[in-house]
Amino acid sequence: MEDLSKTCLYDRHEALKAQMNPFGGFIMPIQYSNIIDEHQAVRHKAGMFDVSHMGEIFVSGPDAERFVNHIFTNDIRTMPAEKIQYGMMLYPDGGVVDDLLVYKMTEENKYLLVVNAANIAKDDEWIRCQSEGYDVKIDNQSDQWGEIALQGPEAERIVVDVLGIPQAADLAFYTFTETVWNTAPVLLSRTGYTGEDGFEFYAAPEVIVALWDKLLEAGVTPCGLGCRDTLRFEVGLPLYGHELSAKISPIEAGLGIFVKTDKEEFIGKESIVRQKAEGTAHKIVGIELTEKAIPRAGYPIECEGKVIGEVTTGYQSISTGKYVCMALIDRTYAEMGRQVEVRVRKKTFAGTICKKRFYDKNYKK
Amino acid sequence: MKTIEGLYYSESHEWVKTEGDMAIIGITDYAQHAMGDIVYVDMPEVDDEVNAEEEFGAVESVKAASDLISPVSGTVVEVNEALEDESGLLNQDPYENWIIKVQMSQPDELDKLMNATDYAAFCENQ
Repeated sequence: MEDLSKTCLYDRHEALKAQMNPFGGFIMPIQYSNIIDEHQAVRHKAGMFDVSHMGEIFVSGPDAERFVNHIFTNDIRTMPAEKIQYGMMLYPDGGVVDDLLVYKMTEENKYLLVVNAANIAKDDEWIRCQSEGYDVKIDNQSDQWGEIALQGPEAERIVVDVLGIPQAADLAFYTFTETVWNTAPVLLSRTGYTGEDGFEFYAAPEVIVALWDKLLEAGVTPCGLGCRDTLRFEVGLPLYGHELSAKISPIEAGLGIFVKTDKEEFIGKESIVRQKAEGTAHKIVGIELTEKAIPRAGYPIECEGKVIGEVTTGYQSISTGKYVCMALIDRTYAEMGRQVEVRVRKKTFAGTICKKRFYDKNYKK
Repeated sequence: MKTIEGLYYSESHEWVKTEGDMAIIGITDYAQHAMGDIVYVDMPEVDDEVNAEEEFGAVESVKAASDLISPVSGTVVEVNEALEDESGLLNQDPYENWIIKVQMSQPDELDKLMNATDYAAFCENQ
């Protein structure tokens, strides 16, 4: 068995008898009760996730802004402090090293990069390798931070009333504040990965454990990574390794809006400019099956008897009941309304290419 | 985890109950628990041939598809149509809700399967 890390909330998951599975090098809760109930709690009330496995890498120093803009696809130059941007780090060929959030800290010349758990070591090394010639300090603090995501329409009320943080009500989406809870510093961010309104708390492990206990006591549903995936999938958010990877560029994934080719330079720019001009060979699309079958990652997509791609993520959508998937297919077939077939074991099932957002996001502000 | 005396069990977590040369096949409590909410059962059709240790269908939970592996060889004589609309029955009572009935062609294949005690020990070590 591989050597798996435990988050600071491991004992809490054990106490709740969560089903634990390896994910991104950590042993993580997949579900506590069942995925459907946890999913619905987030869509209609509030749920909380242990996301302490995510990585926190700080970049600071006189060249921090120029350096982050060099390795990141979005443009942080105009970004005020306490704002957050989503984007990717790219290889020169346009493939994705990782997708991440960049937080501009209130402290001058300091940024927090929040990266995927499975990619922490790879990202840390990548960032260091690119930093030659830049006056920056790279500090991978992933082991020193815990993180909870509180998501759902009731999230704001809970942060204000239960945790007593009134300024949460004024936080706009994709902004954060460095505040205090229970005398301890907490970074409170209005972000998430579910398509619902919500917050993410970053703090020292013992603070995160106390926060978890408080939220649990207030009746917030503990939610595992199982429903984190069904939630993000329904609103068309990508998961690294599925809809983005070293082989799937942001343009192929339909995420070109997060790649600012009007920036003077960034790693991968030439490839992306070319992909935008010439088009890519493949594209991520949505497919809705017209028959009852569940398309799973890796299942072939066929058209006119030919394999044209494969499923990247698929479910029976919990919120809509529909049988849907995202798939990476040959671009020449990627038109809305086209009829395709998904091979599920020995049979094929008819489907229609559609938007990859199967359920509307419900962000508050 | 629940097991039932008198049934045969496979390493891929199917159970077999015999009535003469007829094998009634389902999934175990361990399997339904590991899969979570079952949302769909992909079953063969009556008269299909199944082979021991080969896939004959799949059980789909919210998160994944798990192949159903036949513990015995033979011909499908009945499928549990109730599961088509109510696959969650497999979560509620996996031993009461069978999946297929097979007319066995080689009943001695049952000798390769585990009894309830051995199966419980097998699951402990999973």
